[in-house]
Amino acid sequence: MLANYIPAAVDYLRLLPEIIMTVAGTLIMVVEPALGENKRTAFTSISLIAFFAALAAAVRANSIPGTSFSNMLIVDGFATFFRVLVISVGILSVLASSQYLRIEHAASAEYYALLLFSVTGQCIMAAANELIMIFIGLEISSIATYILAGYLRDDKRNNEAALKYFLLGSFATAFLLYGIAFIYGTTGSTNLADIRNYMLTPGTESNVILASTAAALMFVGFAFKVSAAPFQIWAPDVYQGAPAPVTLFMSAGPKAAAFAVFLRVFMTAFLPIATRWEPFVWSSALLTMIIGNFAALTQTNIKRMLAYSSIAHAGYVMVAVAAHNQIGIAAAMFYLAAYALMNIGAFAVVTHFSRKGEAYVKIEDLAGLGWKQPVTAGLFAIFLLSLIGVPLTGGFFGKFYIFKAALDANLVWLAVLGLLNSAVAAYYYLRVLVVMYMQEPGQATVSVQPLSPGITTTLWASALGTLILGIFPSILLNFAQTSSALVK
Amino acid sequence: MTLLNTVIFLPLLAFLIILVLPKDNAGLIRRFSLVASAAIFLVSLGLIGPYWFQSPGKFVLETDVPWIASPSIHYHVALDGISLWLVILTTLLTPICVLVSWSYIDKYVKQFFAFLLLLEFGLVGVFCAFDFFLFYVFWEISLVPMYFLIGIWGHERRIYSAVKFFLYTMAGSVLMLVAIIYLYNAAGTFDYTRILSGLQNGSIALSSQEQLLLFLAFFIAFAIKVPLFPLHTWLPDAHVEAPTAGSVMLASVMLKMGTYGLLRFCVPMFPNAARTCSGWIVTLAIIGIVYGALVAMVQPNMKKLVAYSSVSHLGFVVLGIFTFTQQGFDGAVYQMLNHGISTGALFILVGFLYERRHSLEIASYGGVSTPAPRLSTVFMITMLASIGLPMLNNFIGEYLVLQGAAMVYFRWSVFAALGVILSACYMLWLYQRVFFGKPSEELSHHMPDLNFREYAIIVPLIALMLWMGTFTQSFIPPISASNALILGPIDAGRDIHVRNLQPHAVAGKELANAR
Repeated sequence: MLANYIPAAVDYLRLLPEIIMTVAGTLIMVVEPALGENKRTAFTSISLIAFFAALAAAVRANSIPGTSFSNMLIVDGFATFFRVLVISVGILSVLASSQYLRIEHAASAEYYALLLFSVTGQCIMAAANELIMIFIGLEISSIATYILAGYLRDDKRNNEAALKYFLLGSFATAFLLYGIAFIYGTTGSTNLADIRNYMLTPGTESNVILASTAAALMFVGFAFKVSAAPFQIWAPDVYQGAPAPVTLFMSAGPKAAAFAVFLRVFMTAFLPIATRWEPFVWSSALLTMIIGNFAALTQTNIKRMLAYSSIAHAGYVMVAVAAHNQIGIAAAMFYLAAYALMNIGAFAVVTHFSRKGEAYVKIEDLAGLGWKQPVTAGLFAIFLLSLIGVPLTGGFFGKFYIFKAALDANLVWLAVLGLLNSAVAAYYYLRVLVVMYMQEPGQATVSVQPLSPGITTTLWASALGTLILGIFPSILLNFAQTSSALVK
Repeated sequence: MTLLNTVIFLPLLAFLIILVLPKDNAGLIRRFSLVASAAIFLVSLGLIGPYWFQSPGKFVLETDVPWIASPSIHYHVALDGISLWLVILTTLLTPICVLVSWSYIDKYVKQFFAFLLLLEFGLVGVFCAFDFFLFYVFWEISLVPMYFLIGIWGHERRIYSAVKFFLYTMAGSVLMLVAIIYLYNAAGTFDYTRILSGLQNGSIALSSQEQLLLFLAFFIAFAIKVPLFPLHTWLPDAHVEAPTAGSVMLASVMLKMGTYGLLRFCVPMFPNAARTCSGWIVTLAIIGIVYGALVAMVQPNMKKLVAYSSVSHLGFVVLGIFTFTQQGFDGAVYQMLNHGISTGALFILVGFLYERRHSLEIASYGGVSTPAPRLSTVFMITMLASIGLPMLNNFIGEYLVLQGAAMVYFRWSVFAALGVILSACYMLWLYQRVFFGKPSEELSHHMPDLNFREYAIIVPLIALMLWMGTFTQSFIPPISASNALILGPIDAGRDIHVRNLQPHAVAGKELANAR
């Protein structure tokens, strides 16, 4: 069948966010030599303008939903949700990075270009309708993030983080590709809806084994990207070694996009064999929560502790995936938005506090911050309370909705163990609160610099977002619920 | 904007205002907190209005507006006879706590009073919430300020106690959350009144195993809060290490969240499961009563002694609830209020002693009544109230509970009454060691008698102890009416073991056994 290879104008409109960001990224790199002393402000401005334009384009594209480029891309509520989420993460990352890059004398065009490219890849992942597009988006995002993780090339920890991430990430992507090949061989198509239709047609039951193997292989690839057990080992080292603003970006954006493709692939293409992959996701969710929470209890480095906490939160979202119902998808979407905000906020404080060479990244360095910089510590307290799951924060409602989805799907034990896990988790978040408020300011706190405008904006935006999502979740929840119906 | 909503949200407004007050002007912050909390108390007295000449058992001042569309969560608050007095207890104790902390707190004054008012917001909300999600929100909100109050302004082991308090309580709460979600899936709503009527008229069907598990999930969360033996180990640490105001709010109000939850949610919604478990629950309550009293007797630390006496007294409340009798319920609710007043006063008086002598150990005191006779008098009245002397408040509550217990199994009241005797032991012994005897030179110089502020704190509480003990009819009728509404549907068709049935029986002569 001869496909129509001439894309229509509306196809380009649907791809506009990615086009804008790619052009902007290239532009930044090309224009750099021509800029004078105010390089950094120029980079920040160009990237922010690009991100905001892409955001507007993504919202506009939602009013013309449909598939594009011969069914390779799809723009629906689900795609728009994640596009808006990752672009917002990009905006907050740019804002949070500027002071750090200035202190490290490392502001260059490549940083901002890589951020733009990574977000482009994530947007493609969110809007992908078939497996090759998913792979392309995943690789664009991952390669950009690999380089970002090793950005400060003279720093040994950065190099280690980048190398680990690159090697393990490529290995996991190879699994993903192998799974895609299996599925293509089995069903004759890489389009998600076509795969599902093939598996639903009677007479194809004999191919279920091959399809399940493919699902298992793809599960390995996706689980790596979202740092779910048993593929989470890279996360603590990479999060700790990468520069703090990059960790801020990595913990929110790529993870959200990876969950987006995870949900879309497994809920659209592999839904007919749900009973076969559900036990894997169930066990992975439980193991992830346990490993993440219990390992974080003993950490002294705040980046590593937040890394393990990210792993645990990925576990909570996996619970929603394990529920494989519509409310599970909506719950995962809402939780990823709330999680992105609170994690960005937490890492923004770490970025601000760590100083040159990331000298102060131990938890005990934060001693007395509550009295020296009350606003910073107060906002950090909001993020910590949200991570614990105290009501009136987005983190609580997200967890509540996820466990409601789990109970709807009759996963009572998973819900009970998951909630007990979050009670255990409260300990290590409380420890940071204890250090900030119940100890006298130490040498690290006394010398802390005032908040830069970028970090201030990031902190306030994340805090307000967290509180709004906690007190008035309907704003986002309704959109998530209507969008989740489209993923089928 | 009903009066109830005003009472709930005024503390939140005061909290936000304190946040913007300048932190260097401690005097302004203290005065504002006092005025705000006293104003909230006066406003809350208006809540008594609907009950003034009659005692409706039904809910008054109800607000039910949708909050979150899906799942359908409403902001549903209401007041009934049980929650009325608990709310007023909370609003009464907050200005008293402000006064108690007047000179006691000198570091980070702004944050202290801000947290105190936020705590009041959470506590009042818990007693008024009728939507399970809203109830859970308020329940958890009250944890955070208390955690900070203990952790920042407490004594030496404050961090350990604060973290233990938070984690222990939260672990119970998440089990309750699972039960709430499960109940929503079974009932289709978070609304307590709808779920209750659904369970009672059978339109919501739960198997007996489901009922038992749901009951236990709720029960564990509340039992940790009460605290019921053996889940009480967080209490002595939290009480001892907290600042005085923190101890008062914790003992007088927060512990009542647990017993209130038992009475409002556990027992009416799952009566069969409650009856099945009442045997071992009452056993644990009685063990708590006796064990708490025995351990209190050997404490060298005054605050720890009062903390264990709390465990003992609240065992009475749980005993009263699980007798499933009108007297037991009435006694339990009244004892909640009594304990709030008398134990609150005890903690305040111990705080007064601490402010003078800077020690909580009994051994560093002795003969306080010589330099400070009025303080001693006040402490004596409070202590006697706590023991259960007639004409003071605890006597009424304890008597009703014992009566209710006797109507079910007489041996229950025998064992529980042991607790009354033991409480006399440890309290009188404490009083003797601290107040009687010859004071040392050093003590006499550092023991000024009560000043005006301290009079203002303690006299209302003493007056309440007397009033609640003598003119009990001012308080009991709304409580009884609400309890009758709770008890009605669950009381039908049960066996009552009663020895003395005929009220007009000639003393000692006629004994009727009713089966």
